[in-house]
Amino acid sequence: MHTLLLDLCSNDAPEIKPLWLFAQRWQLNPDGLSAMVHRLRARGKTGVIAFDSVAYNYGGGELLSDVSLRLAPGSFHFLTGPSGSGKSTFLKLCYAELLPTAGRITLFDREVRGLSRDDVALTRRRIGVVHQDCQFLDHLPLTTNVTLPLTVAGRSGETRDLTDLLGWVGLGALASALPPSLSGGERQRAALARAVIMGPDVILADEPTGNLDWEMSLRLLTLLVELNKMGKTILIATHDLNLIRQAKAQVAARVLRITKRRIQLAGADL
Amino acid sequence: MRLPGILMPDSQADRVVPPSGAAARLTGFTAAAMTFLAVFALALSLASGRLADRWSESLARTSTVRISAPEDQLALQSAAVLAVLAATPGVAASRALTVEEQRALLAPWFGPDLPMDALPLPQLIEVTEDSTGYDGEGLRQRLAAEAPGAVLDDHTRWRKPLVQAANRLRLLGWLSLGLIGLVMGAMITLAANAALAANAQVIKVLRLVGARDSYIARAFVRRFTLRAFWGAAVGTVAGMIGIALMPNADAAGGFLTGLGFQGAGWLVPLLLPLLAGLVAFAATRNAALTKLRELT
Repeated sequence: MHTLLLDLCSNDAPEIKPLWLFAQRWQLNPDGLSAMVHRLRARGKTGVIAFDSVAYNYGGGELLSDVSLRLAPGSFHFLTGPSGSGKSTFLKLCYAELLPTAGRITLFDREVRGLSRDDVALTRRRIGVVHQDCQFLDHLPLTTNVTLPLTVAGRSGETRDLTDLLGWVGLGALASALPPSLSGGERQRAALARAVIMGPDVILADEPTGNLDWEMSLRLLTLLVELNKMGKTILIATHDLNLIRQAKAQVAARVLRITKRRIQLAGADL
Repeated sequence: MRLPGILMPDSQADRVVPPSGAAARLTGFTAAAMTFLAVFALALSLASGRLADRWSESLARTSTVRISAPEDQLALQSAAVLAVLAATPGVAASRALTVEEQRALLAPWFGPDLPMDALPLPQLIEVTEDSTGYDGEGLRQRLAAEAPGAVLDDHTRWRKPLVQAANRLRLLGWLSLGLIGLVMGAMITLAANAALAANAQVIKVLRLVGARDSYIARAFVRRFTLRAFWGAAVGTVAGMIGIALMPNADAAGGFLTGLGFQGAGWLVPLLLPLLAGLVAFAATRNAALTKLRELT
């Protein structure tokens, strides 16, 4: 059922059959459903990340089991769950750092198992990742770190908006600073700037506010909400319920919860 | 990732990987040392080749007739042998060695004051073939008929093992060059692996932001290739200076003083830095792509 709901959240469902089943179950007017599908297809977008019956095993046992969901373009999701429940693993599966031990993951309509290493690299250019422990090249100044995705993509000339970007994340004055000299909050915002500089379709954030005070957390959340309003798909792994409540006040965010190795759509009470 | 592209400066790609420090310095030193040795192996190989060619070509065209006869018949048989040789097709020239020449031949063993007159030494006749060569068996039969004390020695018995030895020496020289190349490749692979392992975090970040393996590898490959090239250039120059400082080749020095380069042969060692660069390119590229698959 959750899969169906998430399918409907997408702007275009590549597999129409669940929609028909959904329509039959809820006795929707077939004409209305056709119109809806037509509208969805007309928008020309598909689910950016799709999991079909995905499982992931570590050496010690199964961490995720039978996970099926789709993240629609432009959607805003939180992923919650206790520590060690598999939030980071789920995110790593989302950008193909890990491969599922069972099931099928599709990124931008391409199955990850069929991707070559070069394909994975190209796919990651469409996915911005913000880690809790933001990793930078410590020997290079902030500007070079932020523009790193452009550099590796051979687009190092496209940095004209860099000043605006650094200003947007409040790091305009620290352009030449080296990463080790930045505070936790500054590193998080720098990581966000690096994640968005390529104009990715998806932004994944793993506990982005884990090391930040509430004020800085809100500032980062505001940036992510702004990105979502620009059409970016956002997925944030966090256990900060206050942050989620704050976000839900600003944007139509959905909450996914990892419970007993499965991912479920959380209710209104979180 | 192609070799010419590697040599093109790419400041951005170079900067993303921190300086490799000891690993890169080790590469330069290894390349210099190995190329220094390679210059000598190359000189040995080329000199052996020259020696083998000389022995097989020049000695093949000469032979000796040795006449052992009683003193009163020696002059008679010598004249008969010279007459037979003069009439033999394929013999370009023949002459009897003088007493002084025979003394010079024996001097290394018996000293310069050897009383030649008191010794029953055979008369030696030097024979030079023309390009067609003579019929050895026919000549032996004619000599046996005209001068019973004459023995034809066409040098085959001792020339063959010498030429064989020189050829083996040449082969060993080339084999040494190959081994030097392999050792250099192995050392550079180890150094590149160490550099890659030390930069695992950098590589992880680069992969995270969408860098392809070829982009990451290029930064390492370029660095190690250039280090190996310049190290090999230094080693080559040092080796060539060493060869140039060796004594000149002369008859007394024999083979050892002939261990060097001659004429255009001096240009051959200049290829070694290029070969070292190729070895470093192949070794580092292979190491980088393998290590990248392990690390990320």
